[in-house]
Amino acid sequence: MSDALVTSGRRTLTPARGPDSVLPVAMDGVGYTIDGVTLLDDVSLRIRPGRLTAIMGANGAGKTLCLRLIQGLLQPTVGTLSHASGPVTLTGRRRIATVFQRPVLLRRSVAGNLRHALKTYRVPRAERAAMLTDLLDLAELRALAHRSARVLSSGEQQRLSIVRALAADPDLLLLDEPTANLDPYATRMIETLIRQAEARGVTVVLVTHDVGQARRLADDVVFLNRGRVTEQTPAGSFFDEPQTAEAAAYLAGRLLL
Amino acid sequence: MGDAIAEAFRLIAVGDAALWEIVSLSLRVSLTAVALACLIGLPLGALLAIARFPGRGALIVATNSLMGLPPVLAGLLVYLLLSRAGPLGPLELLYTPTAMIIAQTVLVTPIIVALSRQVIADMHQEYDEQLRSMGITTMGAVLTLLYDARLSLLTVALAGFGRAAAEVGAVMMVGGNINHVTRVMTTTIALETSKGNLAIAVGLGLVLMLIALTVNGALMALRGTQGVARHV
Repeated sequence: MSDALVTSGRRTLTPARGPDSVLPVAMDGVGYTIDGVTLLDDVSLRIRPGRLTAIMGANGAGKTLCLRLIQGLLQPTVGTLSHASGPVTLTGRRRIATVFQRPVLLRRSVAGNLRHALKTYRVPRAERAAMLTDLLDLAELRALAHRSARVLSSGEQQRLSIVRALAADPDLLLLDEPTANLDPYATRMIETLIRQAEARGVTVVLVTHDVGQARRLADDVVFLNRGRVTEQTPAGSFFDEPQTAEAAAYLAGRLLL
Repeated sequence: MGDAIAEAFRLIAVGDAALWEIVSLSLRVSLTAVALACLIGLPLGALLAIARFPGRGALIVATNSLMGLPPVLAGLLVYLLLSRAGPLGPLELLYTPTAMIIAQTVLVTPIIVALSRQVIADMHQEYDEQLRSMGITTMGAVLTLLYDARLSLLTVALAGFGRAAAEVGAVMMVGGNINHVTRVMTTTIALETSKGNLAIAVGLGLVLMLIALTVNGALMALRGTQGVARHV
Protein backbone atom coordinates (compact mmCIF):
# COMPACT_ATOMS: atom_id res chain seq x y z
CA MET A 1 0.00 0.00 0.00
CA SER A 2 1.59 3.26 -1.06
CA ASP A 3 2.04 5.69 1.79
CA ALA A 4 3.23 8.38 -0.59
CA LEU A 5 -0.26 8.76 -1.87
CA VAL A 6 -1.53 9.74 1.52
CA THR A 7 0.03 13.10 0.94
CA SER A 8 -0.79 13.40 -2.74
CA GLY A 9 -4.04 13.95 -4.53
CA ARG A 10 -6.10 16.93 -5.44
CA ARG A 11 -6.84 18.42 -2.05
CA THR A 12 -5.24 19.03 1.28
CA LEU A 13 -4.94 15.68 2.94
CA THR A 14 -4.52 16.80 6.49
CA PRO A 15 -6.87 16.08 9.38
CA ALA A 16 -7.93 19.72 9.42
CA ARG A 17 -11.31 20.17 7.74
CA GLY A 18 -13.03 23.30 6.58
CA PRO A 19 -15.74 25.27 8.34
CA ASP A 20 -18.35 23.52 6.16
CA SER A 21 -17.49 20.14 7.68
CA VAL A 22 -20.40 17.96 8.74
CA LEU A 23 -18.50 17.07 11.90
CA PRO A 24 -19.23 16.71 14.68
CA VAL A 25 -22.38 14.69 14.13
CA ALA A 26 -24.75 14.40 17.07
CA MET A 27 -27.70 12.07 17.63
CA ASP A 28 -29.96 13.13 20.49
CA GLY A 29 -32.72 10.84 21.65
CA VAL A 30 -32.99 9.34 18.18
CA GLY A 31 -35.48 6.57 17.61
CA TYR A 32 -36.53 4.69 14.52
CA THR A 33 -39.74 2.73 14.32
CA ILE A 34 -41.11 0.94 11.30
CA ASP A 35 -44.38 -0.98 11.07
CA GLY A 36 -44.79 -0.61 14.82
CA VAL A 37 -41.41 -2.20 15.55
CA THR A 38 -38.87 0.01 17.31
CA LEU A 39 -35.43 -0.68 15.90
CA LEU A 40 -33.59 2.19 17.57
CA ASP A 41 -34.64 3.75 20.84
CA ASP A 42 -33.37 6.92 22.48
CA VAL A 43 -29.95 6.78 20.87
CA SER A 44 -27.64 9.65 21.73
CA LEU A 45 -24.08 9.69 20.49
CA ARG A 46 -21.39 12.00 19.16
CA ILE A 47 -19.11 11.46 16.18
CA ARG A 48 -16.12 13.68 16.78
CA PRO A 49 -13.64 14.72 14.09
CA GLY A 50 -10.37 12.85 13.97
CA ARG A 51 -11.58 9.97 16.15
CA LEU A 52 -12.29 6.54 14.73
CA THR A 53 -15.53 5.38 16.26
CA ALA A 54 -16.37 1.69 16.22
CA ILE A 55 -20.04 0.79 16.54
CA MET A 56 -20.34 -2.68 18.00
CA GLY A 57 -23.16 -4.92 19.04
CA ALA A 58 -24.83 -8.20 18.25
CA ASN A 59 -26.61 -8.88 14.96
CA GLY A 60 -29.79 -6.83 14.73
CA ALA A 61 -28.70 -4.36 17.40
CA GLY A 62 -29.22 -1.43 15.01
CA LYS A 63 -25.65 -0.69 13.93
CA THR A 64 -26.28 -0.51 10.18
CA LEU A 65 -29.45 1.49 10.81
CA CYS A 66 -27.35 4.03 12.72
CA LEU A 67 -25.11 4.44 9.67
CA ARG A 68 -28.09 4.93 7.36
CA LEU A 69 -29.46 7.62 9.65
CA ILE A 70 -26.11 9.42 9.87
CA GLN A 71 -25.78 9.29 6.07
CA GLY A 72 -29.28 10.73 5.71
CA LEU A 73 -30.61 7.73 3.78
CA LEU A 74 -33.30 7.39 6.46
CA GLN A 75 -34.86 9.95 8.78
CA PRO A 76 -35.30 9.33 12.51
CA THR A 77 -38.90 8.90 13.59
CA VAL A 78 -38.11 10.66 16.89
CA GLY A 79 -35.23 12.71 18.22
CA THR A 80 -32.76 14.90 16.39
CA LEU A 81 -29.75 14.14 14.29
CA SER A 82 -27.60 17.14 13.57
CA HIS A 83 -24.52 17.76 11.52
CA ALA A 84 -22.27 20.73 12.22
CA SER A 85 -22.87 22.06 8.72
CA GLY A 86 -26.67 21.98 9.16
CA PRO A 87 -29.27 19.78 7.51
CA VAL A 88 -27.80 17.31 5.02
CA THR A 89 -28.69 18.39 1.51
CA LEU A 90 -28.07 16.39 -1.64
CA THR A 91 -24.68 18.03 -2.09
CA GLY A 92 -23.98 17.87 1.63
CA ARG A 93 -24.57 14.14 1.52
CA ARG A 94 -21.34 13.92 -0.46
CA ARG A 95 -19.47 15.08 2.65
CA ILE A 96 -20.43 11.72 4.12
CA ALA A 97 -19.49 8.56 2.23
CA THR A 98 -20.75 5.08 2.97
CA VAL A 99 -19.21 1.74 2.13
CA PHE A 100 -21.78 -0.98 2.44
CA GLN A 101 -21.09 -4.48 3.72
CA ARG A 102 -21.81 -5.91 0.30
CA PRO A 103 -20.16 -3.60 -2.21
CA VAL A 104 -22.49 -2.31 -4.89
CA LEU A 105 -20.26 -1.74 -7.89
CA LEU A 106 -21.43 -0.49 -11.24
CA ARG A 107 -21.32 -2.75 -14.27
CA ARG A 108 -18.16 -1.07 -15.45
CA SER A 109 -14.43 -1.47 -15.15
CA VAL A 110 -12.56 -0.63 -11.97
CA ALA A 111 -11.49 2.67 -13.54
CA GLY A 112 -15.02 3.20 -14.87
CA ASN A 113 -16.43 3.00 -11.34
CA LEU A 114 -13.95 5.58 -10.13
CA ARG A 115 -14.53 7.85 -13.12
CA HIS A 116 -18.26 7.74 -12.42
CA ALA A 117 -17.64 8.70 -8.79
CA LEU A 118 -15.29 11.55 -9.68
CA LYS A 119 -17.84 12.91 -12.13
CA THR A 120 -20.69 12.52 -9.65
CA TYR A 121 -18.66 14.32 -7.00
CA ARG A 122 -18.04 17.16 -9.46
CA VAL A 123 -14.28 16.85 -9.40
CA PRO A 124 -13.03 19.27 -12.07
CA ARG A 125 -12.34 17.46 -15.32
CA ALA A 126 -8.69 18.55 -15.36
CA GLU A 127 -8.06 16.90 -11.99
CA ARG A 128 -9.81 13.61 -12.67
CA ALA A 129 -6.96 11.73 -14.36
CA ALA A 130 -4.53 12.42 -11.51
CA MET A 131 -7.16 11.56 -8.93
CA LEU A 132 -7.97 8.34 -10.74
CA THR A 133 -4.33 7.26 -10.70
CA ASP A 134 -4.02 8.18 -7.02
CA LEU A 135 -7.10 6.21 -6.06
CA LEU A 136 -6.08 3.17 -8.11
CA ASP A 137 -2.67 3.19 -6.46
CA LEU A 138 -4.16 3.71 -3.03
CA ALA A 139 -6.28 0.60 -3.49
CA GLU A 140 -3.45 -1.24 -5.24
CA LEU A 141 -5.74 -1.85 -8.19
CA ARG A 142 -3.86 -0.09 -10.97
CA ALA A 143 -3.05 -3.38 -12.69
CA LEU A 144 -6.76 -4.24 -12.67
CA ALA A 145 -7.97 -0.83 -13.83
CA HIS A 146 -9.60 -2.20 -16.98
CA ARG A 147 -11.00 -5.34 -15.41
CA SER A 148 -14.75 -5.52 -14.80
CA ALA A 149 -15.31 -4.44 -11.20
CA ARG A 150 -17.80 -7.22 -10.69
CA VAL A 151 -15.31 -10.01 -11.32
CA LEU A 152 -12.84 -8.80 -8.68
CA SER A 153 -12.31 -10.78 -5.49
CA SER A 154 -14.29 -9.72 -2.42
CA GLY A 155 -11.29 -7.95 -0.92
CA GLU A 156 -10.53 -6.11 -4.16
CA GLN A 157 -14.17 -5.08 -4.49
CA GLN A 158 -14.18 -3.73 -0.95
CA ARG A 159 -10.95 -1.79 -1.56
CA LEU A 160 -12.46 -0.33 -4.69
CA SER A 161 -15.58 0.63 -2.73
CA ILE A 162 -13.48 2.41 -0.13
CA VAL A 163 -11.41 4.43 -2.58
CA ARG A 164 -14.56 5.22 -4.55
CA ALA A 165 -15.94 6.68 -1.32
CA LEU A 166 -12.71 8.61 -0.82
CA ALA A 167 -13.15 10.14 -4.28
CA ALA A 168 -15.78 12.34 -2.61
CA ASP A 169 -13.07 13.73 -0.33
CA PRO A 170 -15.56 13.22 2.51
CA ASP A 171 -15.41 14.53 6.04
CA LEU A 172 -16.92 11.32 7.33
CA LEU A 173 -16.50 7.78 6.04
CA LEU A 174 -19.04 5.20 7.23
CA LEU A 175 -17.87 1.61 6.90
CA ASP A 176 -20.37 -1.16 7.43
CA GLU A 177 -18.48 -4.34 8.30
CA PRO A 178 -15.95 -3.81 5.51
CA THR A 179 -13.98 -6.95 6.34
CA ALA A 180 -16.86 -9.37 6.86
CA ASN A 181 -15.98 -12.64 5.11
CA LEU A 182 -12.47 -11.52 4.16
CA ASP A 183 -9.31 -13.51 4.85
CA PRO A 184 -6.63 -12.08 7.17
CA TYR A 185 -4.51 -10.68 4.33
CA ALA A 186 -7.44 -8.90 2.70
CA THR A 187 -8.53 -7.67 6.12
CA ARG A 188 -5.09 -6.23 6.77
CA MET A 189 -5.16 -4.40 3.43
CA ILE A 190 -8.54 -2.89 4.27
CA GLU A 191 -7.29 -1.81 7.70
CA THR A 192 -4.25 -0.17 6.09
CA LEU A 193 -6.61 1.63 3.74
CA ILE A 194 -8.69 2.83 6.68
CA ARG A 195 -5.56 4.20 8.32
CA GLN A 196 -4.66 5.97 5.09
CA ALA A 197 -8.14 7.47 4.89
CA GLU A 198 -7.65 8.81 8.40
CA ALA A 199 -4.31 10.25 7.35
CA ARG A 200 -6.20 12.08 4.59
CA GLY A 201 -8.21 13.82 7.28
CA VAL A 202 -11.26 11.61 6.99
CA THR A 203 -13.09 10.72 10.18
CA VAL A 204 -14.15 7.08 10.17
CA VAL A 205 -17.11 5.31 11.73
CA LEU A 206 -16.65 1.57 11.57
CA VAL A 207 -19.31 -1.03 12.20
CA THR A 208 -17.57 -4.27 13.05
CA HIS A 209 -18.06 -7.56 14.82
CA ASP A 210 -14.32 -8.14 14.84
CA VAL A 211 -13.20 -7.35 18.38
CA GLY A 212 -9.55 -7.60 17.39
CA GLN A 213 -10.08 -5.14 14.57
CA ALA A 214 -11.89 -2.70 16.86
CA ARG A 215 -9.03 -2.97 19.35
CA ARG A 216 -6.52 -2.21 16.58
CA LEU A 217 -8.35 0.69 15.00
CA ALA A 218 -10.89 2.33 17.28
CA ASP A 219 -10.43 5.43 19.38
CA ASP A 220 -14.01 5.32 20.69
CA VAL A 221 -16.55 2.55 20.92
CA VAL A 222 -20.32 2.84 20.82
CA PHE A 223 -21.96 -0.34 22.01
CA LEU A 224 -25.53 -0.97 20.91
CA ASN A 225 -27.81 -3.55 22.44
CA ARG A 226 -31.37 -4.09 21.21
CA GLY A 227 -31.46 -0.66 19.58
CA ARG A 228 -30.14 1.25 22.58
CA VAL A 229 -26.69 2.65 23.27
CA THR A 230 -25.48 1.01 26.42
CA GLU A 231 -21.90 2.28 26.30
CA GLN A 232 -20.06 5.08 24.56
CA THR A 233 -16.54 5.22 25.79
CA PRO A 234 -12.87 5.38 24.73
CA ALA A 235 -11.88 2.06 23.19
CA GLY A 236 -9.33 1.18 25.87
CA SER A 237 -11.91 1.47 28.63
CA PHE A 238 -14.48 -0.49 26.68
CA PHE A 239 -12.25 -3.46 26.08
CA ASP A 240 -10.51 -3.47 29.45
CA GLU A 241 -13.40 -2.55 31.71
CA PRO A 242 -16.80 -2.81 30.03
CA GLN A 243 -19.34 -1.02 32.16
CA THR A 244 -22.38 -3.10 31.35
CA ALA A 245 -23.12 -6.78 31.65
CA GLU A 246 -24.25 -6.85 27.98
CA ALA A 247 -20.94 -5.42 26.74
CA ALA A 248 -18.97 -7.84 28.92
CA ALA A 249 -21.07 -10.73 27.60
CA TYR A 250 -20.60 -9.54 24.00
CA LEU A 251 -16.83 -9.35 24.37
CA ALA A 252 -16.83 -12.80 25.93
CA GLY A 253 -18.85 -14.10 22.98
CA ARG A 254 -21.92 -14.84 25.08
CA LEU A 255 -24.35 -12.10 24.04
CA LEU A 256 -27.26 -13.09 21.85
CA LEU A 257 -29.94 -10.71 20.66
CA MET B 1 -43.66 -24.06 -53.94
CA GLY B 2 -40.18 -25.36 -54.71
CA ASP B 3 -40.03 -23.16 -57.80
CA ALA B 4 -41.06 -20.13 -55.76
CA ILE B 5 -38.28 -20.70 -53.24
CA ALA B 6 -35.69 -21.23 -55.98
CA GLU B 7 -36.84 -18.03 -57.70
CA ALA B 8 -36.69 -16.21 -54.34
CA PHE B 9 -33.06 -17.22 -53.85
CA ARG B 10 -32.30 -16.11 -57.41
CA LEU B 11 -33.82 -12.68 -56.79
CA ILE B 12 -31.74 -12.27 -53.65
CA ALA B 13 -28.57 -13.56 -55.30
CA VAL B 14 -28.79 -11.30 -58.36
CA GLY B 15 -29.64 -8.30 -56.20
CA ASP B 16 -33.00 -7.64 -57.86
CA ALA B 17 -33.43 -3.86 -57.91
CA ALA B 18 -37.14 -3.88 -57.03
CA LEU B 19 -36.58 -6.25 -54.14
CA TRP B 20 -33.69 -4.24 -52.67
CA GLU B 21 -35.59 -0.98 -53.04
CA ILE B 22 -38.31 -2.46 -50.84
CA VAL B 23 -35.82 -3.88 -48.35
CA SER B 24 -33.98 -0.57 -48.16
CA LEU B 25 -37.16 1.43 -47.50
CA SER B 26 -38.31 -1.10 -44.89
CA LEU B 27 -35.02 -0.81 -43.01
CA ARG B 28 -35.01 2.98 -43.22
CA VAL B 29 -38.57 3.25 -41.88
CA SER B 30 -38.21 0.66 -39.10
CA LEU B 31 -34.75 1.73 -37.92
CA THR B 32 -35.77 5.38 -37.82
CA ALA B 33 -38.93 4.50 -35.92
CA VAL B 34 -36.98 2.41 -33.39
CA ALA B 35 -34.39 5.16 -32.95
CA LEU B 36 -37.16 7.70 -32.27
CA ALA B 37 -38.95 5.28 -29.95
CA CYS B 38 -35.70 4.76 -28.02
CA LEU B 39 -35.10 8.49 -27.74
CA ILE B 40 -38.57 8.91 -26.25
CA GLY B 41 -38.97 5.59 -24.51
CA LEU B 42 -35.67 4.97 -22.73
CA PRO B 43 -35.63 8.14 -20.58
CA LEU B 44 -39.36 7.71 -19.96
CA GLY B 45 -38.86 4.08 -18.93
CA ALA B 46 -36.00 5.08 -16.63
CA LEU B 47 -38.05 7.83 -15.01
CA LEU B 48 -40.98 5.47 -14.51
CA ALA B 49 -38.57 3.00 -12.93
CA ILE B 50 -37.06 5.35 -10.37
CA ALA B 51 -39.33 8.36 -9.86
CA ARG B 52 -42.26 8.25 -7.46
CA PHE B 53 -45.22 10.47 -8.32
CA PRO B 54 -49.03 10.30 -8.22
CA GLY B 55 -50.42 8.32 -11.12
CA ARG B 56 -47.20 6.37 -11.69
CA GLY B 57 -48.96 3.03 -11.22
CA ALA B 58 -51.67 3.97 -13.73
CA LEU B 59 -49.01 5.07 -16.21
CA ILE B 60 -47.19 1.75 -15.86
CA VAL B 61 -50.43 -0.18 -16.43
CA ALA B 62 -51.17 2.02 -19.45
CA THR B 63 -47.75 1.51 -21.07
CA ASN B 64 -47.86 -2.22 -20.36
CA SER B 65 -51.29 -2.40 -21.99
CA LEU B 66 -50.16 -0.36 -24.99
CA MET B 67 -47.53 -3.00 -25.72
CA GLY B 68 -50.39 -4.96 -27.19
CA LEU B 69 -51.71 -2.05 -29.24
CA PRO B 70 -53.07 -3.52 -32.49
CA PRO B 71 -51.10 -2.13 -35.45
CA VAL B 72 -54.29 -1.27 -37.31
CA LEU B 73 -55.42 0.83 -34.36
CA ALA B 74 -52.06 2.65 -34.27
CA GLY B 75 -52.43 3.12 -38.02
CA LEU B 76 -55.95 4.47 -37.60
CA LEU B 77 -54.84 6.98 -34.93
CA VAL B 78 -52.00 8.26 -37.10
CA TYR B 79 -54.30 8.28 -40.13
CA LEU B 80 -56.80 10.48 -38.28
CA LEU B 81 -53.99 12.81 -37.22
CA LEU B 82 -52.48 13.12 -40.68
CA SER B 83 -55.59 12.99 -42.87
CA ARG B 84 -56.58 16.18 -44.67
CA ALA B 85 -59.19 16.99 -42.00
CA GLY B 86 -56.91 16.00 -39.11
CA PRO B 87 -54.87 18.37 -36.91
CA LEU B 88 -51.65 17.58 -38.82
CA GLY B 89 -53.34 17.43 -42.24
CA PRO B 90 -51.67 20.63 -43.55
CA LEU B 91 -48.29 18.89 -43.27
CA GLU B 92 -49.40 16.54 -46.10
CA LEU B 93 -47.56 13.56 -44.61
CA LEU B 94 -50.16 10.90 -45.31
CA TYR B 95 -48.97 8.19 -47.71
CA THR B 96 -45.32 9.11 -47.22
CA PRO B 97 -42.51 7.18 -45.51
CA THR B 98 -42.63 9.82 -42.74
CA ALA B 99 -46.20 8.79 -41.92
CA MET B 100 -45.06 5.18 -41.74
CA ILE B 101 -42.23 6.16 -39.39
CA ILE B 102 -44.70 8.01 -37.14
CA ALA B 103 -47.07 5.03 -37.07
CA GLN B 104 -44.29 2.59 -36.20
CA THR B 105 -42.94 4.96 -33.56
CA VAL B 106 -46.40 5.03 -31.94
CA LEU B 107 -46.43 1.25 -32.04
CA VAL B 108 -42.91 0.68 -30.72
CA THR B 109 -42.60 3.38 -28.04
CA PRO B 110 -44.82 1.61 -25.47
CA ILE B 111 -42.72 -1.55 -25.91
CA ILE B 112 -39.51 0.39 -25.28
CA VAL B 113 -41.01 2.19 -22.27
CA ALA B 114 -42.47 -0.92 -20.64
CA LEU B 115 -39.49 -3.23 -21.18
CA SER B 116 -36.85 -0.63 -20.31
CA ARG B 117 -38.78 0.29 -17.17
CA GLN B 118 -38.62 -3.31 -16.04
CA VAL B 119 -34.90 -3.68 -16.84
CA ILE B 120 -34.01 -0.42 -15.12
CA ALA B 121 -36.28 -1.03 -12.11
CA ASP B 122 -34.47 -4.30 -11.44
CA MET B 123 -31.09 -2.60 -11.64
CA HIS B 124 -32.28 0.38 -9.63
CA GLN B 125 -33.27 -1.92 -6.80
CA GLU B 126 -29.63 -2.96 -6.58
CA TYR B 127 -28.07 0.49 -7.14
CA ASP B 128 -30.54 2.71 -5.29
CA GLU B 129 -28.92 2.96 -1.88
CA GLN B 130 -25.41 3.27 -3.30
CA LEU B 131 -26.42 6.06 -5.67
CA ARG B 132 -28.36 7.92 -2.98
CA SER B 133 -25.42 7.65 -0.62
CA MET B 134 -23.32 9.32 -3.32
CA GLY B 135 -25.76 12.23 -3.40
CA ILE B 136 -26.54 11.67 -7.06
CA THR B 137 -29.35 13.65 -8.70
CA THR B 138 -32.36 11.93 -10.27
CA MET B 139 -31.02 12.80 -13.72
CA GLY B 140 -27.61 11.44 -12.75
CA ALA B 141 -29.22 8.22 -11.57
CA VAL B 142 -31.18 7.91 -14.82
CA LEU B 143 -28.03 8.34 -16.91
CA THR B 144 -26.09 5.89 -14.73
CA LEU B 145 -28.78 3.25 -15.00
CA LEU B 146 -29.25 3.75 -18.75
CA TYR B 147 -25.51 3.32 -19.29
CA ASP B 148 -25.12 0.30 -17.05
CA ALA B 149 -28.19 -1.41 -18.51
CA ARG B 150 -27.06 -0.70 -22.08
CA LEU B 151 -26.73 -4.33 -23.16
CA SER B 152 -30.15 -5.29 -21.83
CA LEU B 153 -31.58 -2.14 -23.39
CA LEU B 154 -30.14 -3.17 -26.75
CA THR B 155 -32.24 -6.29 -26.45
CA VAL B 156 -35.23 -4.06 -25.70
CA ALA B 157 -34.50 -2.02 -28.83
CA LEU B 158 -34.24 -5.26 -30.76
CA ALA B 159 -37.68 -6.31 -29.55
CA GLY B 160 -38.94 -2.94 -30.77
CA PHE B 161 -37.28 -3.44 -34.12
CA GLY B 162 -38.88 -6.86 -34.42
CA ARG B 163 -42.29 -5.35 -33.80
CA ALA B 164 -41.70 -2.53 -36.31
CA ALA B 165 -40.23 -4.66 -39.08
CA ALA B 166 -42.92 -7.33 -38.83
CA GLU B 167 -46.05 -5.19 -38.66
CA VAL B 168 -48.18 -4.62 -41.73
CA GLY B 169 -51.45 -3.02 -40.64
CA ALA B 170 -50.21 0.41 -39.60
CA VAL B 171 -47.88 1.03 -42.53
CA MET B 172 -50.54 -0.21 -44.93
CA MET B 173 -53.06 2.32 -43.58
CA VAL B 174 -50.85 5.40 -43.46
CA GLY B 175 -48.43 4.48 -46.25
CA GLY B 176 -50.88 3.12 -48.75
CA ASN B 177 -48.44 0.53 -50.15
CA ILE B 178 -47.59 2.78 -53.11
CA ASN B 179 -45.06 1.23 -55.48
CA HIS B 180 -41.62 2.88 -55.31
CA VAL B 181 -42.87 5.27 -52.58
CA THR B 182 -44.21 3.48 -49.52
CA ARG B 183 -44.01 -0.20 -50.37
CA VAL B 184 -42.18 -2.12 -47.66
CA MET B 185 -41.41 -5.80 -47.12
CA THR B 186 -44.50 -6.74 -45.14
CA THR B 187 -46.99 -4.91 -47.34
CA THR B 188 -45.33 -6.36 -50.43
CA ILE B 189 -45.48 -9.89 -49.03
CA ALA B 190 -49.21 -9.44 -48.36
CA LEU B 191 -49.83 -7.95 -51.81
CA GLU B 192 -47.75 -10.41 -53.82
CA THR B 193 -49.21 -13.40 -51.96
CA SER B 194 -52.73 -12.22 -52.77
CA LYS B 195 -51.66 -11.94 -56.43
CA GLY B 196 -50.21 -15.47 -56.37
CA ASN B 197 -46.71 -14.14 -57.00
CA LEU B 198 -45.03 -16.27 -54.35
CA ALA B 199 -41.39 -15.88 -55.45
CA ILE B 200 -41.00 -12.28 -54.37
CA ALA B 201 -43.11 -12.88 -51.25
CA VAL B 202 -40.90 -15.78 -50.19
CA GLY B 203 -37.77 -13.83 -51.12
CA LEU B 204 -38.78 -10.94 -48.91
CA GLY B 205 -39.73 -13.35 -46.15
CA LEU B 206 -36.24 -14.83 -46.33
CA VAL B 207 -34.67 -11.36 -46.21
CA LEU B 208 -36.78 -10.52 -43.15
CA MET B 209 -35.57 -13.66 -41.43
CA LEU B 210 -31.98 -12.93 -42.45
CA ILE B 211 -32.20 -9.44 -40.97
CA ALA B 212 -33.57 -10.82 -37.71
CA LEU B 213 -30.78 -13.41 -37.55
CA THR B 214 -28.09 -10.84 -38.35
CA VAL B 215 -29.28 -8.37 -35.73
CA ASN B 216 -29.59 -11.08 -33.07
CA GLY B 217 -26.18 -12.49 -33.96
CA ALA B 218 -24.58 -9.06 -33.76
CA LEU B 219 -26.17 -8.48 -30.39
CA MET B 220 -24.96 -11.80 -29.05
CA ALA B 221 -21.45 -11.06 -30.29
CA LEU B 222 -21.56 -7.68 -28.58
CA ARG B 223 -22.74 -9.24 -25.34
CA GLY B 224 -19.90 -11.74 -25.63
CA THR B 225 -17.22 -9.09 -25.89
CA GLN B 226 -18.73 -6.86 -23.20
CA GLY B 227 -19.76 -9.60 -20.84
CA VAL B 228 -16.37 -11.05 -20.04
CA ALA B 229 -13.72 -9.00 -18.36
CA ARG B 230 -13.28 -6.01 -20.55
CA HIS B 231 -15.39 -3.06 -19.53
CA VAL B 232 -14.36 0.48 -20.32
